[in-house]
Amino acid sequence: MLSYILRRFLGAIPTLFVIITASFFMMRAAPGGPFNLDRPLDPTVMANLNRVFHLDEPLFTQYLRYLRNLLAGDFGPSFIYRDFSVGDLFANGLPVSIQLGGGAIALALLVGVTAGVYAALRQNSFADYFVVATASIGTTIPTFVVAPILSLVFGVWLGWLPAGGWGDGAIANKILPIVTLALPQIAVIARLTRGATIEALRSDHVRTARAYGLPARSVVITHTLRASILPVISYLGPAAAALVTGSVVVETIFGIPGIGRFFVQSALNRDYTLVMGTVVVIAIFVVIFNLIVDLLYAWLDPRVRLD
Amino acid sequence: MTDPVLSVSGLDVRFATPDGDVHAVKGVSLQVARGETVAIVGESGSGKSQTMMAVMGLLASNGRVAGSARYRDQELVGLPLKRLNTIRGSRITMIFQEPMTSLDPLYRVGRQIAEPLIHHRGLGRRQARARVVELLRLVGIPEPERRVDSYPHELSGGQRQRVMIAMALACEPDVLIADEPTTALDVTIQAQILDLLADLKARLGMAIVFITHDLGIVRRFADRVYVMKSGEVVEEGPVGRLFAAPAHAYTRMLLAAEPTGRKEPPPDTAPVLLEGRNVKVGFRLGGGFLAGPPIEINAVDGVTVRLVRGQTIGIVGESGSGKSTLGRALLRLNHGTGQIRFEHHDISRADRREMRRYRRELQLVFQDPFGSLSPRLTVGQIITEGLLVHEPRLTRADRDRRAVEAMREVGLDPATRNRYPHEFSGGQRQRIAIARAIILKPKVVVLDEPTSALDRSVQKQIVDLLRDLQARHGLSYLFISHDLAVVRALADHILVMKAGRVVEEGPTDAIFDAPRHPYTQALMSAALGHATRPDTAHAAG
Repeated sequence: MLSYILRRFLGAIPTLFVIITASFFMMRAAPGGPFNLDRPLDPTVMANLNRVFHLDEPLFTQYLRYLRNLLAGDFGPSFIYRDFSVGDLFANGLPVSIQLGGGAIALALLVGVTAGVYAALRQNSFADYFVVATASIGTTIPTFVVAPILSLVFGVWLGWLPAGGWGDGAIANKILPIVTLALPQIAVIARLTRGATIEALRSDHVRTARAYGLPARSVVITHTLRASILPVISYLGPAAAALVTGSVVVETIFGIPGIGRFFVQSALNRDYTLVMGTVVVIAIFVVIFNLIVDLLYAWLDPRVRLD
Repeated sequence: MTDPVLSVSGLDVRFATPDGDVHAVKGVSLQVARGETVAIVGESGSGKSQTMMAVMGLLASNGRVAGSARYRDQELVGLPLKRLNTIRGSRITMIFQEPMTSLDPLYRVGRQIAEPLIHHRGLGRRQARARVVELLRLVGIPEPERRVDSYPHELSGGQRQRVMIAMALACEPDVLIADEPTTALDVTIQAQILDLLADLKARLGMAIVFITHDLGIVRRFADRVYVMKSGEVVEEGPVGRLFAAPAHAYTRMLLAAEPTGRKEPPPDTAPVLLEGRNVKVGFRLGGGFLAGPPIEINAVDGVTVRLVRGQTIGIVGESGSGKSTLGRALLRLNHGTGQIRFEHHDISRADRREMRRYRRELQLVFQDPFGSLSPRLTVGQIITEGLLVHEPRLTRADRDRRAVEAMREVGLDPATRNRYPHEFSGGQRQRIAIARAIILKPKVVVLDEPTSALDRSVQKQIVDLLRDLQARHGLSYLFISHDLAVVRALADHILVMKAGRVVEEGPTDAIFDAPRHPYTQALMSAALGHATRPDTAHAAG
């Protein structure tokens, strides 16, 4: 088990290396640079800036310098947020995004799995159609529509919750962003759970459980629930990595200081170090969550062997 | 009859489908006395399983049941689920055809056997566990203290069926319903499971309802028989009388459906057609990045085969013995090694393009008549597809004419050639697969379990067809099968395979009458111990 985890982490190193290398050179192949502003800078100032940030060196030297610094845990300075290093930006923003993303995952699992199982048990009933229809709508309505509506209804009209802002992490401030993030996930999870549950209910071993007079509740909870959440677990790996690394739309609309907004801003501004930092952080989360998924899967399904 | 423990009368089962209601069981009545073994016999679709599923309240959600099914004085039809659940799994238990999937893969077998004990008997986990170990010992699982913590996938098919039987016996039922419990198992395992059931019945005295299509099992095992056809009981009676003097035409047809006849060996002068020397096929399991070296397994381990013109070699063995893999290796359809000659050509090293010249003369028919025909092509297209490759100059009209010819030859109505495979029955589909092979006028046909998925009466027709085609075209067959009755009727020479090796070979009669290798002996006694001998069945019909 431990050796498996260790091997997985060792196996992730080449993956991360390829991702870092590819993004580094692709990013630098894009035209422009961090100091190409609307109003051109004075050439001497530009040259000075480039020298300070080592942008005047050959590309490969810069690449090696970046790798060396990264190994030492240094993501480098941000070109745009001049007073912060990339590490500082993540240290401040990541906890915020993780709280929102984690909350959204928990909420999505709770509601999505419940709705999915409920619909499957009443297949082709009104309740089932309602869940399926709601889930379809949930996947089609984008967050940039849901977020302002929620903010307007619950923040402005009803006044129950803050319409935006982080409020130093007050619970009330987290509710709307978490719900916004969770809604599309609830839709997907409900559909996955429903499908898997229906399949499990038709399986031979559930017929066995029924033939042996086990009460309906134990048939569902013991003999179908585990099978129903297996596909959800597979789905959650990459989805969770995306959630905890923040959402541009949600953070922008609710005015939340997470790391989601860095994706777009850093790319548009050619904030090289911040782009790389974002890529590295997301890649690490994907690796970690995929490992967690595999461990969970093996724990839930004894047929899966890790070694 | 005195004191029926289970009595079914006027039972009706209907399934609502988009094409209207399907009336699967039509007014079936049957009684099971205490301690009696009753067999329900019929071919697929006869409603034999659905009758018992209805009794147990296990019909699919679109199924509806009417009529009566009583356990002692308790009516089961329409009984509320809570009350039904006090009877099923406790007083009436059931084992199923599919040992591989009937247990929940996610839980240890001990826990699954314990569930009915805890639920019906109110045992605690610890008491239940002790009883489970006892039950596992009873059903002949070695090392029950250790096996109680196994997961189903860690057990073989036979062991899983033993686990199911342990679960069925846990609450000491009055009736055990066994739905084709040995169909999915190899013959030697089948015999063990049947012996176990007979032994347990003698010791514990419950009644057994045995649902099966295998008359050999019925004869050996049952006291009384119900014969079902198209949802109705057509005949009923004690085993002895039913086999000696079957009253209904359908019963007589079932009894006569054992394949009969013998194949004369080809003359000694017949030329060798296909020969494989020291054929080996290895597979690698596991291995990969940081996971260490893979495990090598030889599925076929140095087999030599010589097929002469007009000969039929039967390759028999249990699942996993390498018989299909050998068949494929001889046709160069896998990565096997060894010297393979077809007529005068060494084809051991021929690549795909070179092999194409020989393909039309080396044809293959598969086991699964449902999976091996493309559902998106018409039957005419399926049959003539090979002609597109091997006789590309034929016009559409020529191909159509050839399709008509081939379909006539395998006994299909040529007018149906524009239909799709799903509109045909299993036996008809197997005829389509045979037509697809013989339209190319091959010399050698490898038949990989071509009759295993078919009912006995249909099997017999396919056997007759194969024999007829062989006589007419001088074909040579490699007939791969685990069904010894069919092999005996078709083959003149037999290879017995076990774990990738040939353990015995020789003329059919010699192998059947005087098997020398212990494995062959085990195979024969397991299969023929409960299979009707073709000659006696014929006499009875």
